[in-house]
Amino acid sequence: MPMEMKTYSLNIDGRQYSVDAEGKNLLATCLSLGLNLPYFCWHPALHSVGACRQCAVKLYKDEADTRGRIVMSCMTPVTDGMRLSIEDPEARNFRSGITELLMVNHPHDCPICDEGGECHLQDMVVMTGHNYRRYRFTKQTHKNQDLGPFLNHEMNRCIECYRCIRFYRDYAGGKDLEVLGAHDDVYFGRNEDGALENEFSGNLVEVCPTGVFTDKTLKSHYTRKWDLQTAPSICTHCAVGCNTIPGERYGTLRRVRTRYNGEVNGYFLCDRGRYGYEFVNSGRRIRQPLLRSESPLLRSGSAQEPATAEVALSRAAAAVASGTTIGIGSVRASLETNYALRSLVGPEHFFLGVSDHHLELLRLMTRILREGPAASASIKTAAAADAVLVLGEDVWNTAPILALNLRQAAANAPTAAAIKQKKLNRWDDAAVRESIRHEKGPFFILSVEATQLDEVARESHRAAPADIARLGFAIAHELDPAAPAVTGLTEDEQKTVKRIAEALGAAAHPLVVSGAGLGSSQVVQAAANVARSLKASGKDASVSLVFPEADSFGASLLAEGGLGAASAAIAGRKNATVVIAETDLLRAMDPQAASAFFGAAAHVIALDHTSNGTTESAEIVLPAATYAESSGTLVSSEGRAQRFFSVMPPIGTMKASWRWTEDIALASGRKTAAWQGLDEVINAIVAELPELQGVRDAAPGADYRLSGRGIPRKSLRESGRTAVTANIDLHEPKPAADPDSPLVYTMEGASRGAPSSLNARFWSPGWNSDQSLSKFQAEVSGQLVGGDPGVRLVEPPSAAAGSYFPAAVPARALSGAEILIVSRHHVFGSDELSMVAPGVASRASQPSLILSGGEAERRGLKEGQKARVTPETGEAMELLVVFADMPAGVASVAAGLPGQQALPLPLVARVTGVGL
Amino acid sequence: MLKPLTADIHPDRVALSLPAYEAAGGYQGLRKALAMTPVQVQQAVTAAGLRGRGGAGFPTGMKWSFVPISGSAGDTPGHRYLVVNADEKEPGTMKDRWLMEGNPHQLLEGALIAAWAVQADILYIFLRREYTQSGKSLTRAIEEATARGYIGQHVLGTGWNVTLRMHMSVGRYMCGEESGLLNALEGRRATPRNKPPFPQVSGLWGRPTVVNNVETLSNVPHILREGADWYKALSPGSDPGTKIYGVSGKVRNPGLWELPMGTTIRELLDLAGGMQEGHTLRGLIPGGASTDFLSPEQLDVKLDFDSVTKAGSRLGTGTMVVLDDHTCPVGMVLSLEKFFARESCGFCTPCREGLPWVARTLDALEQGKGEMKDLEILAQQSQMLAPGRTFCALAPGAVEPLQSALRLFREDFEQHVREKRCPWK
Repeated sequence: MPMEMKTYSLNIDGRQYSVDAEGKNLLATCLSLGLNLPYFCWHPALHSVGACRQCAVKLYKDEADTRGRIVMSCMTPVTDGMRLSIEDPEARNFRSGITELLMVNHPHDCPICDEGGECHLQDMVVMTGHNYRRYRFTKQTHKNQDLGPFLNHEMNRCIECYRCIRFYRDYAGGKDLEVLGAHDDVYFGRNEDGALENEFSGNLVEVCPTGVFTDKTLKSHYTRKWDLQTAPSICTHCAVGCNTIPGERYGTLRRVRTRYNGEVNGYFLCDRGRYGYEFVNSGRRIRQPLLRSESPLLRSGSAQEPATAEVALSRAAAAVASGTTIGIGSVRASLETNYALRSLVGPEHFFLGVSDHHLELLRLMTRILREGPAASASIKTAAAADAVLVLGEDVWNTAPILALNLRQAAANAPTAAAIKQKKLNRWDDAAVRESIRHEKGPFFILSVEATQLDEVARESHRAAPADIARLGFAIAHELDPAAPAVTGLTEDEQKTVKRIAEALGAAAHPLVVSGAGLGSSQVVQAAANVARSLKASGKDASVSLVFPEADSFGASLLAEGGLGAASAAIAGRKNATVVIAETDLLRAMDPQAASAFFGAAAHVIALDHTSNGTTESAEIVLPAATYAESSGTLVSSEGRAQRFFSVMPPIGTMKASWRWTEDIALASGRKTAAWQGLDEVINAIVAELPELQGVRDAAPGADYRLSGRGIPRKSLRESGRTAVTANIDLHEPKPAADPDSPLVYTMEGASRGAPSSLNARFWSPGWNSDQSLSKFQAEVSGQLVGGDPGVRLVEPPSAAAGSYFPAAVPARALSGAEILIVSRHHVFGSDELSMVAPGVASRASQPSLILSGGEAERRGLKEGQKARVTPETGEAMELLVVFADMPAGVASVAAGLPGQQALPLPLVARVTGVGL
Repeated sequence: MLKPLTADIHPDRVALSLPAYEAAGGYQGLRKALAMTPVQVQQAVTAAGLRGRGGAGFPTGMKWSFVPISGSAGDTPGHRYLVVNADEKEPGTMKDRWLMEGNPHQLLEGALIAAWAVQADILYIFLRREYTQSGKSLTRAIEEATARGYIGQHVLGTGWNVTLRMHMSVGRYMCGEESGLLNALEGRRATPRNKPPFPQVSGLWGRPTVVNNVETLSNVPHILREGADWYKALSPGSDPGTKIYGVSGKVRNPGLWELPMGTTIRELLDLAGGMQEGHTLRGLIPGGASTDFLSPEQLDVKLDFDSVTKAGSRLGTGTMVVLDDHTCPVGMVLSLEKFFARESCGFCTPCREGLPWVARTLDALEQGKGEMKDLEILAQQSQMLAPGRTFCALAPGAVEPLQSALRLFREDFEQHVREKRCPWK
């Protein structure tokens, strides 16, 4: 039965409003109505605590009450018929008095403060009308700390709103940010200098209403907010598809901020996503075409030499025309690039740059999400789940923002119970947290290694992948006898299965989470069975499957085979040309296999933006644009197609990879008419693959105009537009054209009222900080006006369709010297491009082999010693041994660490000690 | 005149032993209570009209009645707590110390009765760190009471099990505020919690909890033993029972007295021997540091909750501090506001920033660096820190002596500014 929303009537300053505000507080309601009311400690995701006293309004008992009383709107529940005044002089005076008090110790350093121009405190000072300082005594000062590569710390600016600590500790589960001291000497920092450990620390930049926590990477190439050229973008550092706003000036990317999307990332980003952007500015960028010697005899010994685009293109076209050409698509490139390459080489010659096994797993996952059993959960849906089962996936490290939301979901059931029993208000954050302190909701984790979500889980169990699958299948069977059963469970396992099944069965909106992290199709199938069994029992169940890379979902829809199939396709052919788009094969193959692959091709053409093992081996390298210099579409784990737009025009010969493949197609005679812009590529995709129809609707096309004008990438307040290049030429340069989007590289245009997918910035008069967001939302924390960006390509399937996967699970532990090695994922370390960013790289962990003490002992290994890992096939490697709580027969190796040889995980290997 | 709370306390405050306490009728109240239902005990205390002696004067029986009754809709399985607020930190106040040092069993018995009345199974005594003697006497009393079966499994042969733990506070004024105390007891920062939810519903570790003051609980055994009518007859006025009053300042004989609730200021000052030779009374704060000044014209005000409120101040803890004509009123207020500024927990803006500003302004006045507009700032800050405008009651209490001093001693403040010095220095 749908919840009935009660409509309340409110009288605010003599005007009548009608609002759906049951269970809401007065502040959020006023903001949702578009009214201006200052606040600090309240945050739409962190709710109310009543600390700052800034949002005071006058509340009247009834019409006869003329005196009224001052209340804090954030701590006042909305009731029907409420009468209040924001403009009442006493309320105004009080609010301006609070601002005066907040400014008592605040330095007057706005001109040199990184926050200046987008500072919520500045905005609120103006809003409340506090002008002149009356406090004439000394200010409280503090020492600042070195908090690592991501955040500056300037404690003197602190206004003690307590948001940082509430976000960091309560919301994100961080442990190393403290509130210390008392009275007017409160300090927010660590016990000692050092990098903040939590993987969401960068959100403090946006959570802090002033300049205490600011972006350290921005500081290293500082630009004022109003001088940043921005565009709506999508994070490319994992498959969650967080919406971002990167900012550029003078051709370098300066920072990345959150772009609110109510269905995806809400108000936050992870640190990989926020700080990974520095790869765009890296010295490793490929800025011009590179060619090796034309002579095959001399080629292997020759160096890559810079070439003009024309020369490089004619070489590439000749190579493509010379014989069989295959394309290697990319899980980190846009759908358009993959499709363009696929069109260049033909679908039968298009392969994905991942192992065949991995592609199979991706295709299994997309099939489950498209055909059922249950709807793919948006992050918002995941955050609302009242019971969660995580099967095998270390979500914290593979899909951080999903994990952050699952962390909140873990409290849903106890929160709902406490609200009911104790008549709490959901927004009364402290009361809710104090009330549910030790209670854990029905949140279960079955994983190989300990995860950072374990602390919010009611139960977390360590098991080998096969055993995780076994337990998952058993849970499905327990929930629905029609699901295939598994045999051979221990008594303990049977009890665990019963407890989990019972808890999931008692929920209304259970969520099953799994993914490609372990590389196990059985685990994913088990997750699908659990979801199906929940649907069969009438639950509003959903499923989250974590894909590894930004376009793993989209790219896997286009390719039939992986690198194994690609090798087979060129084996034995003398004149094969391989075109590799934005993929480093050395991340998917060991060096021997990769060099065999390169050796088998007559010509290797690499399209990429950042140099890597593959571009270094290629004969022809064409400089690709990154997400910051090109536009395109990515399909997230949810199955949501989202468009990203270039923040800056590509420099020199750089261009989007799909444009290079177009050029090659034209030059080699494979095609006669080129696609003129992104829209034409998308039209071609949709025409050929109707299931990707939604891609076109992910954002308006390039011909879209708002009141006849384009959407500006530059802010109204951009300073020095005419002076930027005045040292070169007094004439103002013509803005670069953008054939791919309705966004323009100028400050002229229309932005208010643009579709949400085209929001290049959040700004509203009087609201220069990201708190202006409430002006862009239909209601606080609701969807953006006009709907949240992105189009789901997967429709919720009907419950009846499809059938259970058979519960085929391999034998238990391995025996003897062999051990199963699975991937271990790291927020900092496992993603290729973010590791080019110095900040992220400095936080990465060292390569290691993690296994249990018992397994190590059986092999005579000691912690801190080097072990040799010898796979059944492929090259051996040496790794440092680290002990952890791991199931028998399983070890883990970090996925994707640069400098560490790639292993096609999971695999079975022999592990032996090295020297001593 | 009956002094039920202190009659048995030895003049040198040697703690009353268990046998001596029992000989004086001790633990009869607990026995009676255990024969009653918890709700009956609550009703008995409500009928007696006992009001909280920690300062706010909230009816004790009513406070207990907000705890969800066992088995009711609001009840959930888990612990319930009774916490004794023994963190006596109000400047000028040392009444609870007298009771804990001299008659610890009286407090324990009261706490056990309260625990029974709210069906608590765990009791905490949250004791001010500096009260080492109280700690010793209570620790010994707890041992004695445990050995005699008043505390532990099956109290006095009933099915009721109760645990009692002593907790030495690390000490901040905020720990005297009940929700700040609960946070401190949980090992967290002593910041207040928003109400509602009240501790009776969501208190210690989110469980139903009652926090009562030492003096309040010390009244409870007598109410149970002697009944509501007897208790009401202890005082001539509408506010029943006795109260421990105190006087400090330049009086001849400062100290503590247990007197009928509603004793006048004049009677109390007489007991304190009047002002010292050569000193004239200029004003007094009746209930600890966080109450408004009363003037020498208000000596016939009865010291009960309602009368003092009507007179423009608060009974508070009932321990008055007198201001004489040899003491600078600005200096006295400065001393108080410095204390409150230091003790602010730093959670809400007006208290955290306003009190230090007030203290620094008063200090400037005392240093001869005051300006006339400072008096406006002080008055305005008193308004900023009014009840409901700050998160908890600390700041509204803290500005009570300030706002009343600005009214009563306006001329003294102006003199500081005019003469650019403190006239008393």
